[in-house]
Amino acid sequence: MPEVERIFETRELNVNMGPQHPATHGVLRLVLDIDGETIVKVTPYVGYLHRGIEKLGESLSYFQALPLTDRMDYVSAMANNIGYCVAVEKLFGIEVPERAKFIRTMVGEMARIANHLLWLATHALDIGAMTVFLYCFREREWILELFEKICGARLTVTYPRIGGVRNDVSQEFLDSLYKFTEEFPTRIPEYETLIDKNRIWLKRTVGIGVISAEEAINYGLTGPTLRGSGVPYDIRKHAPYDAYDKVDFEVPVGTKGDTYDRYRCRMMEFRQSNNIIRQCIEKLPSGPIMANAPKFTLQPKDKMMPITHPAKEHAFFIVEKACKGCGMCMRACPAKAIFGEKKKPHKIKQELCLGCATCFVTCKFKALTIVPGGKGLSDEKLSELAVTPDKLPEEIKKAQGHLVEHFNYVKKGPRVPDGDVYVATEVPKGELGFYFVSDGSEKPYRMRVRSPSFIHTSALPRLCIGHLVADVIANIGTIDLVLGECDR
Amino acid sequence: MFENIIRPEALDALTKFGINVGIALIKIVVVLGIGLLHVAYATYFERKVIGHMQVRLGPMRVGPHGLLQPIADGLKLFFKEDILPANADKPVFYLAPVIFMAAAMVNLSVIPFASNFVIADINVGLLFIFAIAGMGVYGIFISGWASNSKYAFIGGLRSSAQVLSYEIAMGLSLVGVMIMAGSLNLIDIVKAQRDSIYGMYAIPQIVAFVIFTIAAVAETNRTPFDLPEAESELVAGYFVEYSGFRFALFFLGEYIAMIIMASLATVCFLGGWTIPWYITKVLPFLKLVPGIIWFLIKVYAFIFFYFWIRATVPRYRYDQLMAIGWKILIPVALANIVVTGLVKILL
Repeated sequence: MPEVERIFETRELNVNMGPQHPATHGVLRLVLDIDGETIVKVTPYVGYLHRGIEKLGESLSYFQALPLTDRMDYVSAMANNIGYCVAVEKLFGIEVPERAKFIRTMVGEMARIANHLLWLATHALDIGAMTVFLYCFREREWILELFEKICGARLTVTYPRIGGVRNDVSQEFLDSLYKFTEEFPTRIPEYETLIDKNRIWLKRTVGIGVISAEEAINYGLTGPTLRGSGVPYDIRKHAPYDAYDKVDFEVPVGTKGDTYDRYRCRMMEFRQSNNIIRQCIEKLPSGPIMANAPKFTLQPKDKMMPITHPAKEHAFFIVEKACKGCGMCMRACPAKAIFGEKKKPHKIKQELCLGCATCFVTCKFKALTIVPGGKGLSDEKLSELAVTPDKLPEEIKKAQGHLVEHFNYVKKGPRVPDGDVYVATEVPKGELGFYFVSDGSEKPYRMRVRSPSFIHTSALPRLCIGHLVADVIANIGTIDLVLGECDR
Repeated sequence: MFENIIRPEALDALTKFGINVGIALIKIVVVLGIGLLHVAYATYFERKVIGHMQVRLGPMRVGPHGLLQPIADGLKLFFKEDILPANADKPVFYLAPVIFMAAAMVNLSVIPFASNFVIADINVGLLFIFAIAGMGVYGIFISGWASNSKYAFIGGLRSSAQVLSYEIAMGLSLVGVMIMAGSLNLIDIVKAQRDSIYGMYAIPQIVAFVIFTIAAVAETNRTPFDLPEAESELVAGYFVEYSGFRFALFFLGEYIAMIIMASLATVCFLGGWTIPWYITKVLPFLKLVPGIIWFLIKVYAFIFFYFWIRATVPRYRYDQLMAIGWKILIPVALANIVVTGLVKILL
C-alpha cells in the first residue's frame, strides 16, 4: 500500500438524505454512501409517518375505519376508499348496484388522473423542469374542484361507502366532468412539448433505473412501475372490480424498464383514464346508489322520518309508572335534558330536549314514549296524553324498529360472518390489497394493508446503485412514492 | 496662499489629480447605486417573467403590481437572524460571502456603459474580468468548506469544478473577438465593432457567441447548469447553511454576476452602446437615442434569455455537464480560434 493511501484512508462519504429534504416526497430517509458522486449503497428508512392505521382499523367497526384509508395515500384518497370498500363488500358478501359501480369507476379514474398529475409535476420539478409543475397543478386543481362538487371535500373525500356511494351525482356535475374530459386531452401535449422530446429530459431519464421484467416481478413491483418493464399486469383487466369489465381501455406497457418508459406509461394512462371517464358518463345507468342489504348498510333516512323529522313536532315523555330509574336514558341523552335520582322515575326537561330520539331507543322498560304533536305542552298535559310505546300508532312503531337498527349500526357496527378475505385493487400507484380476518364480531380481528409504496421503496436501492446522486432523485420520482401510504 | 510651500505647476497637477479622484468617486457611487437597483429589479423582472410563462402572476401584493417586492425582500433578509452552524470555521465562514460579492462587484468597474462612461478604462479589461470572476470561485469553495456540512461541501466541489471548466470555454470563445478587434480594452472592442462592416461581432463570431452564451449560463450557476445549488438534490448547495444578510450577499452576487455576463456579451458581441450602421442608414432618427439606452436594451434582452431558459428546460446531471464543457464546447472554441486566425491572416 502506498504511503499516501496509508495516511489518508479513502472512504465513501456518508450522506443523510431526508427525512427533511425537498425531493424525498415527504419524510423518506435515505442514507447514501457515495464515492465521489457515484452511489455505492442506499439504505431507505421508513416509518416517520407511521400512524398505526392497521391497528386502528382493528379497534373500529368496518365502516368507521373507512376515513382512515383517506389518510394513507392522500394524493389519491378516492382510489384508496374504493379499494377498502371493494374488500369489505366481498367480506360481507353484498352486491353493489350498477349505478354506484359506474360512479365509483368514474371517480376512481379521476383520482388516477389527479395522482399522475401530481406525480408528473413533482417528478419534473425534481429533474428541474419547473414550468411543468405549475401546468400540472392547474389541471389537478380542476379535478379537486370537481371532487368538491360531488362530496364537498377536495382531498380526504370518503365518498365511496361500503355498499355504494355516499350520494348521487347531479347532472350538472356530469356536464362539467364531461367538459373536463373534452379539454384535458388537449392539455397533455402541453406537458409533452416541454419535456417529452427535450434532450436534457431524455439524458436524465433514458437508461436510468433500468429493471428487467423478471426482476421487477421478483421485487413485487406493481402498477405503472411494473408496466414500464413490459409486464401488462393490471388488476382492472385481470380481476375486474366495479365497472371495469364494462368499459374499454388499454393497458400501456413500456419495453426497456427505465425511468423514461415508466414516464411514458403514465402519460398514456392519462389518456386511457380520460377515456374511461367518458365511457362511464355515457353509460351511466339510473337506479339506486346503495346496496339493499339492511344488515350491512345504513338504511335510507326516510324510514326513520315518522320519528325524527322536526316538522312532526313530537314530544318525548317518561311514563312514571313504567320507569324503573335505571339511568340509561339520562346517560345517553346528548342534550342532558333528563334528570332524576336512582331507582326513582326520571323526568325530561322539555325546553332542553332536541328531539333526537336517543332516549326512545335506549329505554328497555317501555317507559319512554312519544306524544305526537305534543311539542310545547306542559308536563301535566303530556302525562294525560301519554300512552305506553306498545299502544303507539303502527307507523311510529315501524319507524322505531328501523331507528333501533340504525343506532346499533352506528354505535356497534354490523356483525360480520367468520372468515378472511384478500382483495386487491389497482390504485394509481400499483396494487393496493386489503386483507381482513373476521372472527364474527363487529370489528376485524386483523386488518392488513399491502401498500404499493412500501414495496416499491424496497426496490429503491436496486434502482439507484451505480448511478449518480442526481439519479436518486429521478428514481424516487419514478416509483411514485407517497409516504403516508408507505408508513400507514 | 500655498505659493511658498508648493510650486504652481505641482499645485496644478495636484488639483487635477483631486478632480480626477472626485470624478472617479462620483462614478463609483453612481455605478454601485444604480447597479444595485438594477440587481434588485432584475429579481423582480425574473419573477414576473417566469410567473407569466407559468400561467401565474408573480409578485402582486407589495405596491402596485408588486413593484416594491424587491425592497421588502431586502428588508426582510436584513433583519433576519444570522445563524452560525455550531462546527463552522467561523472567520472563513464570515469571509466567504464577502469575497463572492466583492468579486462580482469589482467587475462593474471595467464595463463601459456608454461611450465615455467607465470607471476604469484599462487596457486589459477582458483579462481583468476573467481574473476577478475566477476570484469569485474562492467565495463559493470557501463557503462550502467552512459550513462543515456535507451538502454545502458537495455543492462547493461541484461549483468550483463547473466554474473553472466553463471559464476555459468562455475565455477561448472570446479569443476570436480579441483577434478581430486587436485589443483587450473593452472600449476599443466596441469601437472596432462600430467601424467593422458587420456592426456587431455576433454575426462573424456566431459560433463563439453561442459558446459564450452557454458558458455564461454555466458560469453564473443558472438552469440548466444550476447543479451547485440544485434545489432537489443538494437543497441549496454551497450556501445551504447561510441565513439572513449573508445569504442575501450570495443572492446579490449571483445576480450581479448575471448582469456582468450580460454586459460582457453586449460589449463583446452585440456592439455595446452602438447600433450597427446598416440600421441607422435605414432609420437615421435612431442616432438620437443615447448609447446607454441601447446598452440597457441589449443587456436586458440577454437577461430575459436567461429567464426564458430557466422556465423551459430541466437540469443536467453533473457528469453530463462536464462532458458538454470539455468534449464539445472547448474543442469547438479552439476550432473557432483557428478559423478566425486563418481568415485574419489570409484576408
